[in-house]
Amino acid sequence: MIYREAGDFKTSYAADNQTFPIRGDRIAYYMVLAFAFLVMPFVINDYWANAIVLPFLIYAIAALGLNILIGYCGQLSLGSGAFMAVGAYATFKLTTAFPGLSIVFVVLLAGLVTAGVGVLFGLPSLRIKGFYLAVATLAAQFFLIWLFTQQPWFYNNSPTGMISMPTREFLGMPVTGPRASAVNMYLLCLVFVVALAWLARNLTRGTLGRRWMAIRDMDIAAEIIGVNPMMAKLSAFAVSSFFIGVAGALFFAVYLGAAEASEAFGIEKSFIILFMVIIGGLGSILGSFIGAFFLIVGPVLLKLLLVDQLGWSTDLAAHLEIMIIGALILLFLITEPHGITALWRTIKEKLRLWPFPH
Amino acid sequence: MLDVNRDEGYTTADGRKIGRVAMEMKNITLRFGGVVAIKDISFDIRWGEIRAIIGPNGAGKSSMLNVISGFYHPQEGEVWYKGHLRPRMRPYQVARTGIARTFQNIALFEGMSVLDNIMTGRLNHMNKGFFSQALWWGPAAREEEENREKVEKVIDFLEIQHIRKTPVARLPYGLKKRVELARALAAEPSILLLDEPMAGMNVEEKEDMSRFILDVNDEFGSTIVLIEHDMGVVMDLSDRVVVMDYGKKIGDGSPDEVRSNEEVIKAYLGVQHD
Amino acid sequence: MPDTLLFAMEAAVNGLAAGVMYALVALGFVLIFKASGIFNFSQGVMALFAALTLVGLQTGQIPFSHLINAIFGTRLHHFGFTLPTVVAIIGTVAVMVAFAWLVERYIFRHLVNQEPIILFMATIGLAYFLEGLGDIMWGAEVKRMDVGIPQGMSETVDDLTFAWFGYGFFVDTLEIWAAVIAGLLVIGLVIFSQYTKQGRALRAVADDHQAALSVGISLRFIWVLVWSLAGIVALVAGIMWGAKSGVQFSLSLIALKALPVLILGGFTSIPGAIVGGLIIGVGEKLFDFFMQPIVGSATENWFAYMLALVFLLFRPQGLFGEKIIERV
Repeated sequence: MIYREAGDFKTSYAADNQTFPIRGDRIAYYMVLAFAFLVMPFVINDYWANAIVLPFLIYAIAALGLNILIGYCGQLSLGSGAFMAVGAYATFKLTTAFPGLSIVFVVLLAGLVTAGVGVLFGLPSLRIKGFYLAVATLAAQFFLIWLFTQQPWFYNNSPTGMISMPTREFLGMPVTGPRASAVNMYLLCLVFVVALAWLARNLTRGTLGRRWMAIRDMDIAAEIIGVNPMMAKLSAFAVSSFFIGVAGALFFAVYLGAAEASEAFGIEKSFIILFMVIIGGLGSILGSFIGAFFLIVGPVLLKLLLVDQLGWSTDLAAHLEIMIIGALILLFLITEPHGITALWRTIKEKLRLWPFPH
Repeated sequence: MLDVNRDEGYTTADGRKIGRVAMEMKNITLRFGGVVAIKDISFDIRWGEIRAIIGPNGAGKSSMLNVISGFYHPQEGEVWYKGHLRPRMRPYQVARTGIARTFQNIALFEGMSVLDNIMTGRLNHMNKGFFSQALWWGPAAREEEENREKVEKVIDFLEIQHIRKTPVARLPYGLKKRVELARALAAEPSILLLDEPMAGMNVEEKEDMSRFILDVNDEFGSTIVLIEHDMGVVMDLSDRVVVMDYGKKIGDGSPDEVRSNEEVIKAYLGVQHD
Repeated sequence: MPDTLLFAMEAAVNGLAAGVMYALVALGFVLIFKASGIFNFSQGVMALFAALTLVGLQTGQIPFSHLINAIFGTRLHHFGFTLPTVVAIIGTVAVMVAFAWLVERYIFRHLVNQEPIILFMATIGLAYFLEGLGDIMWGAEVKRMDVGIPQGMSETVDDLTFAWFGYGFFVDTLEIWAAVIAGLLVIGLVIFSQYTKQGRALRAVADDHQAALSVGISLRFIWVLVWSLAGIVALVAGIMWGAKSGVQFSLSLIALKALPVLILGGFTSIPGAIVGGLIIGVGEKLFDFFMQPIVGSATENWFAYMLALVFLLFRPQGLFGEKIIERV
């Protein structure tokens, strides 16, 4: 089948507005979904789940969230790690205080709590932008992590200072705690990812998304044509933080099982999520997935190659890894600030015209 | 002499009937620190007319437009709009009262397509809630389609169908100006403000733009306020002209009156009087 | 005099010492920001890298020895000789200048006219790259920095304060030296920018890019120059901090402390960087001193940021910055 849109006429604005206007893309999308829901659950094992699949899904949610803030609304945040921590600690407090509450509900509530905190730390964005705002979000990063490590109320006075997730069931199957199986954890995360990605797509293609992008591209002009900057920015902070909060909740409850704020949600987390967004593509839903995949799978492959095959020390491999990540960030910013997604778009445009490019 | 009746308006040279006062600026004074940008200026804008503000560089024309669109707040004076004294408003609130504008240095959203840019003009007509949008069913999707139809009409009108899906950043200057006009028109404004719509254009593009401005006024009955320093174009287009120089109003009337106004000639040509 | 006040004063004096360090790192930021509008997040990692290089040269480490050993199975580590401190410092300066040239040539030349936010993210990438590079070149273990600056409690301060208040303050001699050297560095920079041709060019560029270009100043040269100067400032900061608490990764984190300093002082003001650094150094020590019983320890982690946040909300241009008027 040839990949092109010629002959694929749209007869309504709704058809013109759909997420994948080209038929080939649509088919690919449904196939990926079918694979994720119908094939993966039967082949997944503990190793793959823990090494790649779960972190990929969870980071994809976080990257989506940060992409909404940076890529769509143009507000730079370096506090994603701390917002993930808010999601994690809210999950912990909620599920220990109300053990009967469904885990799905707890995770969503944790997302809402994070949204509230995000709005609070997003308030400075009304007066400042760019790296000034980045510094303000660093305040959130350091203050929140301090709160979670120094104030015993947040970790229920546990002597180790850590929080740990008790077993919780969903539809009769354990999805958190030591008895949870890889399949259950995978499916729980997958459902969240699919639902949130769909939500993000809807929000970014409608009026709210246009308000965000208008603020991103030219905030003064946006205000003059009728965008309320306060509402636009704070709604971006709220939605973004909600996503990141849910990611933090899943990261703690499903993936880690036990966590300590400064270890699990330090500033390195903020940077990694930022890098996923840059590498995948600013302002792209698909890009968030690509970026997360790249930065989860890349290091695993590198470690397989250097440590397992060549016998290097893990230390050295880790140093090489951050060097490569840094170099990649520079490379992408220099050659293609819109990330892998933009490269992919260029290839698609060429493909549409192939074999007659003129 | 143009006979402007306070309540009923006047008839233009080409026989169009111009109505009541839409907006009235009363004794506007705007200062930046010690610099006086606008000094005690009053004039009115009437429904359906094309009103020009002209003057040499630095005369305070753009500041005046920024006062109208609420970006600057004058230290003294009042803005009366639709018969009411306008309170101090943020620019986005002014936009919601039906005032749309274009910018001298094109202020399009470079990261978005032409279509999305023009759709931003409809934002004030789209009010479906957050959850409806998030789920994209029923009301939000319907609202999107209804507004898309309105936008397509503007696209047809300005003859930019072929660049609908093009990212704005890739367009040449002249087309960008046209897309900006489309965005402002999509808002279906009561008053349309055009900040130097012909600046930087070649003759052909200027002619196109003049035609669009006249058509807009004619077909949609829009009230248009435009700033321009190209005298020739302005005189052909507008019904009434305010002339500014060094922040002061030095003339106000029909193009012919203004053309023969001594002070205006002096300001433009720098003629020395003995 | 009540004891609490004396202890608070001692905390404040020590805060001043920490503030000098913050100011020193902030100075490197200001230099680059003024001349190029780039907010250089990698300044702290540059300090770490410079310190690593200095120690490596001093002790005659073979660069990349770990990497070479891993690839070729060799057991290299040292050349077997040590360099005098002065030679090592000159060598490190040369490395930092080469680094500045590479950064201009291979990164920022390709990012001209990009939005500030993109440049900022690029420097975060640079920070990661440089951190990995430093570790691979010189190894990641904590190293001892010894360049011959005296350390330990200052007897003079102890004696003096005891004579005045009847209570001797504990101040590290190293920190007094750090303040002196930082002062000399600032004086040196001022002399450089006031009395040399390059310095004048630098000020011209900081004032107005376009105008400077039009009178024939090479922007590329200026960028290499400021990045080199920032590298030297980073080296000084790296030496001071390294001598105090060893050369290790945490050194690069002081860069993060310099960010709130800049918010306080304004991004373009050298006096602002110094005053801001001192305010934050003293502020966080005093806050800790008075608030520890109430809110717990480790408030230094966030105090500076929260202070900066308050500033951002009420005076976004900082103490010494200029107010920005927006136009359309």
